[in-house]
Amino acid sequence: METLIAALRSLLPHDSVITDPVRLRTYECDGLTYHRATPGVVVLPATAEQIARVVRLCNDFGVPFVARGSGTGLSGGALPREDGVLIVTSKMRAILEIDLANRRAVVEPGVTNLAITEAVRDQGYYYAPDPSSQQICSIGGNVAENSGGAHCLKYGFTVNHVEACEIVTPDGDLVTLDRADPGYDLLGAFVGSEGTLGIATKITVRLCRAPESVTTVLAAFESIEQGGEAVSAIIGAGIVPAAIEMMDALAIEAAEAAVACDYPEGAGAVLIVELDGPADEVERQFARLREICSDAFELRVAAGAAERAAIWKGRKSAFAAVGRISPAYIVQDGVVPRTSLPGVLAAIDRLSAEHRIKVANVFHAGDGNLHPLVLFDDAETGAGERAEVVSGAILDLCIEHGGSITGEHGVGVDKSRYMPRMFSDDDLDTMQLVRCAFDPRGLSNPGKVFPTPRLCGEVPGVRKGVHPLVESGKAEQF
Amino acid sequence: MTLAAGGVTVRRAGERDAVSGVVPRWVALPETVEEIAAVLRACEEQDLAVVPVGGGTKLHWGHPPERCDVLLDMCCMNEILEHAAGDLVVRAQAGVTMDALAAALAGKGQELALDPPFAEHTTVGGTLAAATAGPRAYRYGTARDLLIGVTVVLPDGTVARSGGKVVKNVAGYDLGKLFTGSRGTLGVIAEATFRLHPLPALRRWVVAATEVADLAGETLLRLATSQAEPSAVDIDCPDGRHATIAVLVEGSAAEQRAQALLDVLGDGTITDVRPDWWGRILTDEVLAELRFPPARTTEALAASDEAGFSFRGSAATGHAYLEHGGEVSEAELTDAVDRLRTRIEALGGRVSVPASPYDGVDRWGQVSTLPLMRRVKERFDPGRRMSPGRFAGRI
Repeated sequence: METLIAALRSLLPHDSVITDPVRLRTYECDGLTYHRATPGVVVLPATAEQIARVVRLCNDFGVPFVARGSGTGLSGGALPREDGVLIVTSKMRAILEIDLANRRAVVEPGVTNLAITEAVRDQGYYYAPDPSSQQICSIGGNVAENSGGAHCLKYGFTVNHVEACEIVTPDGDLVTLDRADPGYDLLGAFVGSEGTLGIATKITVRLCRAPESVTTVLAAFESIEQGGEAVSAIIGAGIVPAAIEMMDALAIEAAEAAVACDYPEGAGAVLIVELDGPADEVERQFARLREICSDAFELRVAAGAAERAAIWKGRKSAFAAVGRISPAYIVQDGVVPRTSLPGVLAAIDRLSAEHRIKVANVFHAGDGNLHPLVLFDDAETGAGERAEVVSGAILDLCIEHGGSITGEHGVGVDKSRYMPRMFSDDDLDTMQLVRCAFDPRGLSNPGKVFPTPRLCGEVPGVRKGVHPLVESGKAEQF
Repeated sequence: MTLAAGGVTVRRAGERDAVSGVVPRWVALPETVEEIAAVLRACEEQDLAVVPVGGGTKLHWGHPPERCDVLLDMCCMNEILEHAAGDLVVRAQAGVTMDALAAALAGKGQELALDPPFAEHTTVGGTLAAATAGPRAYRYGTARDLLIGVTVVLPDGTVARSGGKVVKNVAGYDLGKLFTGSRGTLGVIAEATFRLHPLPALRRWVVAATEVADLAGETLLRLATSQAEPSAVDIDCPDGRHATIAVLVEGSAAEQRAQALLDVLGDGTITDVRPDWWGRILTDEVLAELRFPPARTTEALAASDEAGFSFRGSAATGHAYLEHGGEVSEAELTDAVDRLRTRIEALGGRVSVPASPYDGVDRWGQVSTLPLMRRVKERFDPGRRMSPGRFAGRI
């Protein structure tokens, strides 16, 4: 590590190489704080070429590297390696080009998600994917995680809005993956690969024209079942809202305590439905929505941006808000087919009662993406373990119902051990073929996504003894 | 011949089974994923080269295969496995034709919002493998955007799945995207799961005939970015001088929105009848595919005409198929493609030539990521037995 650090110092300006232990510790985790590791060294490159040189150096030394944007990820995707280099893109914050005629922007990876929208909003455009952390999270991180957001129900995920990426490959080459290029869709494979196939250094995103009309509705129901029925009815009526979000009573209580969002009192569930599009279309859909939500005991319609923000305030603060009602919590990100929601929510209730662990439910109801907040008191002996059990059981429920262990937070280190429950060995080994093509030495963010990566030279079949990657510390066996 | 050992139907191939002039030895007709795997395992044992085929509508696209022993005909894999209407999701075997799928989905008021050419005969697998899409890609994306899960069979018979049957899912690598557009060179697409959309209550096309010289880039931009939210803005220009613009709007208020778009165009008619050229490829003995920045549409049109191609495509996404009518020699076509490519690349676009009777034509141009693609190919198909030599860089 010492010789590597010396070599890094010769490549980069003095203040771009961090070795001071106190400063290193500020990078020890991302948004998933219960996995921590102090990075061997942190670098803050200012250009793609510098990233490429750092990666080539890592190859020379056989040292793993991890890329980090703003560090808001919720699956430990940017968890550093103690024996590795953490490459932080926070100095690369330039919006390089805005081309409204072609509805594109070219940005550096450290640019925040919201900064893109802010740069084009006055001209009537925006960048569609909107993760809750959009004020802080970086576009490079969004690309790595294929981030979603409340509005991806209608508009899709990061992968649907990225046209091209310049990347540094795991061997340090600078190449551009472009949707328009002939050949394999390497861009499609790269987006969402959680930093395991290289580092995005320049991203071309698609810009969307702002909708003519937006109507945001808050519907309060006595029970979560009634809310769920309304969701099914909306989809059944052929309406694709921009977003359909739901919160249960416990989540509402937390949001109320944290931000006084003033949701209707006594609600068993609130539904936030946002309709957008041409005014004539939104008007018709809203009329239909009113009929569908006839069971709601209160229906609020936002008049203008301020009231819309007020409705969203409770929802957007929900994760942080549970801190007010519980000393510790685990956020899950499972997905179930929308029609399985009622059964799955009832099963979560049973798990909660059985293990004496409260679960607050906040979810993207339109696409069946659950964010159960599993609450516990970390001072109480055994509570953390019980919460882990409930949390894992919820993911099992999602898999049983044909869903997924992660809808938008990524696998990272947090859920890699659940991958074999969702995928067969053959599935995972096939994914590894992609990894081996891009990163045969396993240096790019090792230990993430996959539980026990097979070494790239290895022939499929029965494994014996300690896996070489485990032995060398590049992977952890689960 | 042990290909048939697993009970898979196999017949001797004939001239009619030729792939770009290369006649295979056998045609295998698997009926299940397991049968596909059995055929591919047998082919691996005997080092046989395999070309998968669906409806055969695009089988002549791409280079002739370096070798082809077995044509893997997916026609018997024609079952729609699950249509979860409440979840707006469908899972189908790869041999289902796009029209058959559309008919089944329409019964529940839903659709797969792709309008690939040759929909009557083209299959789910063929549409994915060739990554063909139609005019509405502007609103709904292309095949890779609507595909949410896939089952593939690798050249050694390994069956692998990625994605699933929920739209929102970031667990693991997305093999579906890698296989979409891979033209049979990585393995066989056996089953696919798609995200669906509700069928719109109404469809209206705003159609206007115009002289190419009068076609204003500014108008096309205003159409594409109109808050009336068109699903497609397509242009048909058969002869370089006369063009038809057709703008599609879909929804309950389509009539009002069409009127707003007509106001932008200034002149034209609103109709609920799909233009007869809409999303179609009429002749593809010679076919070029263009991608260009949408703001350069009129220049792309001019370049196509000067190289002797007709133009049909989207002013909103910057994608078009170019046909070349009449007799053309290899030297003439090579020259035409070179000229076209020079002009389009200067606009920031790309030209490929999916179909050409002459293999000497440069079908792909420079592909900068070819080294990385070759590494992917080597991992998936180390024996180079899947559609060998057919794709970019003769991969």
